[in-house]
Amino acid sequence: MTTDRIEKKILLRASRQRVWRALSDSTEFGSWFGMKFDTAFTPGACMRGTIAPTTVDAEVAKTQKKYEGVPVEMTIEQMEPERLFSFRWHPGAVDPDLDYSVEPTTLVVFELEEVADGILLTLTESGFDRIPLARRAKVFSMNEGGWSAQMKLIERYVSHAQ
Amino acid sequence: MRSSSTVAAEPKGSADLFAALGDPARLRLVTRLCDGGPMSIARLTEGSRVTRQAITKHLMVMKGSGLVRCTRRGRESVWQLNQKRLEDARCYLDRISRQWDAALQRLRELVED
Repeated sequence: MTTDRIEKKILLRASRQRVWRALSDSTEFGSWFGMKFDTAFTPGACMRGTIAPTTVDAEVAKTQKKYEGVPVEMTIEQMEPERLFSFRWHPGAVDPDLDYSVEPTTLVVFELEEVADGILLTLTESGFDRIPLARRAKVFSMNEGGWSAQMKLIERYVSHAQ
Repeated sequence: MRSSSTVAAEPKGSADLFAALGDPARLRLVTRLCDGGPMSIARLTEGSRVTRQAITKHLMVMKGSGLVRCTRRGRESVWQLNQKRLEDARCYLDRISRQWDAALQRLRELVED
């Protein structure tokens, strides 16, 4: 049992170049993740994105309203073209009244590996054990109405767009 | 799965639980109880450099947060995990984990277009 780390693997039937672009281009990253960035990802860059408002679903939009425009900061760590992309951030940091900047960050790493059917993408997010205990507990109460609603919106948006 | 309103009412309980888990020695005890099932302090101490007193202290902290419980078997106390509380702790990572599942599905839709 670990409380420090999350690991995900997903097989993407797409070229290495395509997957890399979706990760390393800040506009493309924002389009699937659900954030808006004004500048490009570069190693060492401190990115300041915002949670984007939605027009897809009035009910979900209501839930999301309180997070609209909330900045989400991330610091780009490594960008090894077509192989590895990583950044640090404060997971679930969507409460505008709290200053997260003094708290430890988690490290998010995407690794691309070529397999027979496409690209095996491995995502790890680690460092949760360093997050203050009270904040971890708070995530219990926060996420349900925040990020998961956000994710639902993105899903609907993308499926409508296609 | 717990509703957000239920969880929101219990932030203190959750913080206590993470405090109980936030120690390498205690995490090792959880792992041992996970792998070996209910056992006595004597068995928990076997092969460990930590003293019986220290282990007892850790177990009492964990008992206080409801993570483990203790039953008498004859003259000795047998300690076991309270699975329900352990699941509460997993819940935090599970939430973030589900967010990533959803996000990666979005990524898939984008690149497999």
